[in-house]
Amino acid sequence: MIPELGHFALILALLVAIVQGALPLAGAAYGEPRLMALSKPAARAQFLLVVTAFACLAASFVANDFSVQNVATNSNSELPLHYRLAATWGSHEGSLLLWTLMLAGWTFAVTLFSRNLPSVLLARVIAVMGWVSVGFLLFLLFTSNPFDRLLPPAPEGRDLNPLLQDPGMVIHPPMLYMGYVGFSVAFAFAIAALLGGRLDATWARWSRPWTTVAWAFLTIGIALGSGWAYYTLGWGGWWFWDPVENASFMPWLTGTALIHSLAVTEKRGAFKSWTVLLAILAFSLSLLGTFLVRSGVLTSVHAFATDPARGVFILVFLVLVVGGSLLLFAWRAGKVGLGGIFGVVSRESTLLANNILLIVAMASVLLGTLYPLFLDALNLGKISVGPPYFDAVFYPLLAPAAFLMGIGPMARWRNASLPDLWTRLKWALGIAVAAAVILPFILGRWSPLIAAGLFLALWIVVSSVVNLRARLAASHRLGLVAKLGANSASYYGMLLAHLGVAVFIVGVTLVKGYESEQDVPLDVGQTTEVGGYAFKFLGVVPGRGPNYRALTGTVEVRKDGRLLETLTPEKRIYNASGQTMTIAAIDIGLLGDRYVSLGEPLVADAINGAWGVRIYLKPFIDWIWMGAFLMALGGFIAVCDRRYRLAIRRRTAPSAAAGAGASAD
Amino acid sequence: MKPRTRRLGWILGGLAVLGVAAALILNAFQSNLVFFFTPTQIAAREAPQGRPFRVGGLVEAGSLKRESNSLTVSFRVTDTRETIPVSYTGLLPDLFKEGKGVVAQGTLGPDGVFRASEVLAKHDENYMPPAAADAVKQAHEATSTKTLVTEQGERK
Repeated sequence: MIPELGHFALILALLVAIVQGALPLAGAAYGEPRLMALSKPAARAQFLLVVTAFACLAASFVANDFSVQNVATNSNSELPLHYRLAATWGSHEGSLLLWTLMLAGWTFAVTLFSRNLPSVLLARVIAVMGWVSVGFLLFLLFTSNPFDRLLPPAPEGRDLNPLLQDPGMVIHPPMLYMGYVGFSVAFAFAIAALLGGRLDATWARWSRPWTTVAWAFLTIGIALGSGWAYYTLGWGGWWFWDPVENASFMPWLTGTALIHSLAVTEKRGAFKSWTVLLAILAFSLSLLGTFLVRSGVLTSVHAFATDPARGVFILVFLVLVVGGSLLLFAWRAGKVGLGGIFGVVSRESTLLANNILLIVAMASVLLGTLYPLFLDALNLGKISVGPPYFDAVFYPLLAPAAFLMGIGPMARWRNASLPDLWTRLKWALGIAVAAAVILPFILGRWSPLIAAGLFLALWIVVSSVVNLRARLAASHRLGLVAKLGANSASYYGMLLAHLGVAVFIVGVTLVKGYESEQDVPLDVGQTTEVGGYAFKFLGVVPGRGPNYRALTGTVEVRKDGRLLETLTPEKRIYNASGQTMTIAAIDIGLLGDRYVSLGEPLVADAINGAWGVRIYLKPFIDWIWMGAFLMALGGFIAVCDRRYRLAIRRRTAPSAAAGAGASAD
Repeated sequence: MKPRTRRLGWILGGLAVLGVAAALILNAFQSNLVFFFTPTQIAAREAPQGRPFRVGGLVEAGSLKRESNSLTVSFRVTDTRETIPVSYTGLLPDLFKEGKGVVAQGTLGPDGVFRASEVLAKHDENYMPPAAADAVKQAHEATSTKTLVTEQGERK
């Protein structure tokens, strides 16, 4: 009964979404306020219906209703409750439902925080989001219904993939989808602007916080996924340039370009068409990412051929969204205009250069991800594009972008002078260069790549400090606190996010430069030395979890004879699927991790015999995720800026708010 | 500077960045693409000597041997028509099993032994790595024998 309720709610949601997409759009076109006023209640009703559907699916998982195909394939009665809930979005169907839920949620949020929007714009934004929702609901209902029944019901479920039975995987997909789907708001704003032919600083101020929040969620989502790969895949790597990862990274790169381009559009009225194009691109890549991962094309392009309904639907939907919006762009971009002019050396130009670098980097990832798929689909042979390609392309492209991060915030809008920039930044440059040259000697080994990475990180930090000092000195207020308070939240958000990038670069550079890894055969009681630490293997003992059997090893970590930590890596065999999982044991430290995982027993007697053991030292690796979280935090702080709230309070006089904001920074 | 010259400057600058990026990408592409070969293709000497490539198929049952107290293993990869010996030093992934699909990356030695630097198993228990499955399928189509190979279920 509950699955049928959910199914019914989805059908109703589809009908409401069609109303939400069609009528407000017609109302906006013919200036009919009553039709436009439909947008809010329709969006809210749709949200409620999708929530109902999602709750029904979750309830089926919780109740172990194996007469539902999706539950039978992805759950098991032994699965602990929290993983049964997470299994709701563990499958193809469930994750698409989560996507739809997020979309309805973002639309609902737009209806809540949009009291200052002109009703025509609001109607169009909500209608565009309604159409996207129609696409997803159709896809769900016609090709991937999560509520399909299985008759006769299965006596027991096939279990959730053990790789996904992990706390990180419980929150990773929702965070990632919050980001992916969040870009739909920026997209809807862009399409609404194209439809209306009006795009100004106010428009940018409205769409900016939405974009920033989506970007921050996406950052967290990607960081969680990377952290999950680090500790569950047992390889100690944090990024593999796997197509699944690339799929989420491409919208991130474009989103990063977009939030910077939006800044220019808001402050200077420039880059208008470019901003619109980026918003379309970011969302298109989110869609592409979702489908790449979810359609099964990545595991095999032939999945398309075995399930043509899904494949064809996906292609048609992508073509409609991407092609349609690009067509609209080509037709209407002229109306929107290019915006103000600026000098060759100016903040605009540094941001533009950054944008170009980010987009070219994104294109290189896109090429590396899709090229093997195309070749395979055309039967031209199988190839794989691995990390060496991405490393060779990516670092040279993003290093100048990181360098520009030091200059951009210091450059004046419109026209900056190079001599002036040099005077203000020469000390920062000197300090960064000197420290970058010396530090690797202290850390143990000098190499040009380590020095270059450290230089970029230090350069970002020192130039940010210079920037903050200049800001404080320029303030006329008395006292440090008052001076600090004179700057806007978005300024501090920017600083924090940039510091996050620096922290991230430190992590990447040092872990790449100084990590050491060893796969060693170890007898019970045997000790091995890695990077100054002694690892003593004390054997394994059998044990039991809620839905698995385990062999738990014990490894003592000593430095200079002193016991630092006892690590307990595990080998699990899941009951339902019989699948083996390696659970690494990690001693986490600010200056580096010690990582131990079990390989396989080397002799038949696993309990008393030797094992292959993998030991890693990962200096500063946690800085990678700390950096990512700082970036996201910066994003969240930036949207707390007063001027976004001011715009709401002054909704009776939106033009006044626009004038005040443009001159504030 | 006139707006027109300025715009020209921007376009030229943009083109320069794109040019450099294109050069980087093509260069990296050329040197870092890894091709995939089936055991049958390797037996027909289609695979390059000395340059890394990938081989895929099934791990032949009973072929896995381990050198005593070391991490060096040897096994044979088959597409049911031809087999190729593989040696590898390191830890095998969780899903590596005799009779199951596998993809290995490495180089072919002059002695005909494939020295794997990496053994991949990015798949779950229910299905084969697609490349391995294709290798077996191709071999079947080529020999057109009706040997029974258990059909691996498609992952949902």
